Amino acid sequence: MSAAQIELSGIERVFRLGDSEVHALRHLDVSIAPGEYVAVMGPSGSGKSTLLNLLGLLDRPNAGVYRLEGRDVTTLSPEEQARVRSERIGFVFQSFHLVPRLTAAENIALPMMLAGIPPRERADRVACALKDYGLENRAGHRPDQLSGGQRQRVAIARATIMRPAVILADEPTGNLDRATGEEVIRLLEQLNGSGVTVIIVTHDPVLGGHARRQLLMEDGALQHDSAREGAA
Amino acid sequence: MRVPDLIRFARDAATGSPLRTSLLVLAVAIGVAAVVVLTALGDGARRYVVNEFSSIGSNLVIVLPGRSETGGFNPANAITSTPRDLTVEDARALLRGTAIRRLAPLVIGTSEISVGGKLREVIVAGTTSQFIEVRRLSLAQGRFLSEEDWGRGSAEAVIGAKIRDELFGSEPALGKLVRIGDRRCRIVGVLAASGQGLGMNNDELVIVPVALAQAMFNSNTLFRILVEARNREAIPAAKAQAEEILKLRHDGELDVTVITQDGVLATFDRLLGVLTLGVAGIAAISMAVAGILVMNVMLVSVAQRTAEIGLLKALGATGRTIRMAFLAEATMLSLAGAVVGYVLGQAGAALIRHLYPTFPAYPPTWAVLAGLVTALASGILFGVAPARRAAALDPVQALSKR
Ligand SMILES: Nc1ncnc2c1ncn2[C@@H]1O[C@H](COP(=O)(O)OP(=O)(O)O)[C@@H](O)[C@H]1O
Ligand SMILES: [Mg+2]
Repeated sequence: MSAAQIELSGIERVFRLGDSEVHALRHLDVSIAPGEYVAVMGPSGSGKSTLLNLLGLLDRPNAGVYRLEGRDVTTLSPEEQARVRSERIGFVFQSFHLVPRLTAAENIALPMMLAGIPPRERADRVACALKDYGLENRAGHRPDQLSGGQRQRVAIARATIMRPAVILADEPTGNLDRATGEEVIRLLEQLNGSGVTVIIVTHDPVLGGHARRQLLMEDGALQHDSAREGAA
Repeated sequence: MRVPDLIRFARDAATGSPLRTSLLVLAVAIGVAAVVVLTALGDGARRYVVNEFSSIGSNLVIVLPGRSETGGFNPANAITSTPRDLTVEDARALLRGTAIRRLAPLVIGTSEISVGGKLREVIVAGTTSQFIEVRRLSLAQGRFLSEEDWGRGSAEAVIGAKIRDELFGSEPALGKLVRIGDRRCRIVGVLAASGQGLGMNNDELVIVPVALAQAMFNSNTLFRILVEARNREAIPAAKAQAEEILKLRHDGELDVTVITQDGVLATFDRLLGVLTLGVAGIAAISMAVAGILVMNVMLVSVAQRTAEIGLLKALGATGRTIRMAFLAEATMLSLAGAVVGYVLGQAGAALIRHLYPTFPAYPPTWAVLAGLVTALASGILFGVAPARRAAALDPVQALSKR
């Protein structure tokens, strides 16, 4: 096994709601190599989204160390974390999270705009992405003029436009019908085929079965890791 | 994020919610427009008064018949009989005053002037040779009334610039004989064009010796005595002396009113001071209201766009970028409001000038600049808090808000 791209050790995430505490993640140790295709599964409330948010640096653990490409990212300043999010990580959400007032092309270009990439290069890369995801004649449409599948394709195009090393997708098919969902999964698998690490949260055992590695979460703890199966 | 992108992003965010945006722009615009219009009124009033008074001469003390014309209502007036008239002899007596440099008695009436078949109604001023110095007028041609005994009344006249143009056109006026009422006079001088002064247009005036005017109007009273004090410091003394001399002459009764330019100006000054204070107060209030409105609307905007802010952060936006975006939006809205307010204010001032042509309602440059700068500064200042709040949002918390 090559050096881990993602390395979690002793991760704890506790939410305090008044007096009660919710242990969303308990003592998590996971290591993921570059180019892996991982499905995170488990019942609702088991901590899948919390895990993905931590991986995407949208949230900080209460304890433990998260190393991304050998670097401890939990101790980075907010500005440095933003840079890591911008350059290394692409996020795909269940509810798409497109900016309603921006067109498909503008939504796809958003991460590049935030990163300060010159307009000419942005235009070229957006044109490529629109073609790759079959959205050429939807470039000027706003999200409310797009179907669910098209919206999620725009979201995936946006997540990949900065050529991240890791794609994190939190139930990307949750709001789509079966056929459209499978199409989205195919896109993510194509990305994985080109060497990008893909981590998908899903309820669906069929879709989860596509992945080469499955992580089964339960009550904030890692219940089962298909990669350890063979080793054990 | 690049500056053009930042501006475009902020603009789209602003135009994305037209109601919020137009409310904000309106609030700032009203503030700026209020400053422009109110200072135009205040400064216009000040300019009007200063113009009026500087055009009638300086160190001027004016004697008018009757008591207390400007001093407010005095119950004694209601009872006492008609006041004694002012006469040429009264004026002559005033020359004794040590604080008085020179003076000019003044008789006013309307008459007709005619020459070569042209006829025109004019205001005739009967006075003496020193009138031109007392009133600080200047001549375009010829000379002023000759220095002669005030009782003599030579048949000579000095005419205003406009009268000259109307009666003589391009022909020479000096030395011509004209008929004024039932008298024939020779034109000895023409006043330089000057315009308005104390409600009396010098350009349409015909000036003749005081005795001639009194004969014309068949009266021996004076309308005013214009007195010039030796200097600015001598004005109160000149006033006191005039009152004293006339009281003596009028059997110990002070039945004239002596007004000084200073007194009148001081009254106006007080009034205008209050007006300016009021203007400043209203302007400050409207600016503060606009600023607080900007802040609140921007805070609402932050709350409404929490999910978007979370998303931007998830996509790699730094806190700085988010701060700049919100600040750019607040600045843009304030700037738009300032421009709209400036245009509205100038239009308002122009409307006032159109309705009251003699009132110079121009906003002073300092006030316009102060208004614009204050609007921008308050927009930016009050935009900072919402921008900071937006930038401080935790990405995952923000994202989960819908
Ligand atoms: N912001 C939060 N505040 C409090 N509790 C939270 C918060 N986010 C998640 N949780 C709790 O943490 C647990 C894990 O949630 P989550 O990771 O969303 O589960 P999953 O995505 O597997 O359905 C749940 O019990 C949930 O209620
Ligand atoms: Mg979830």
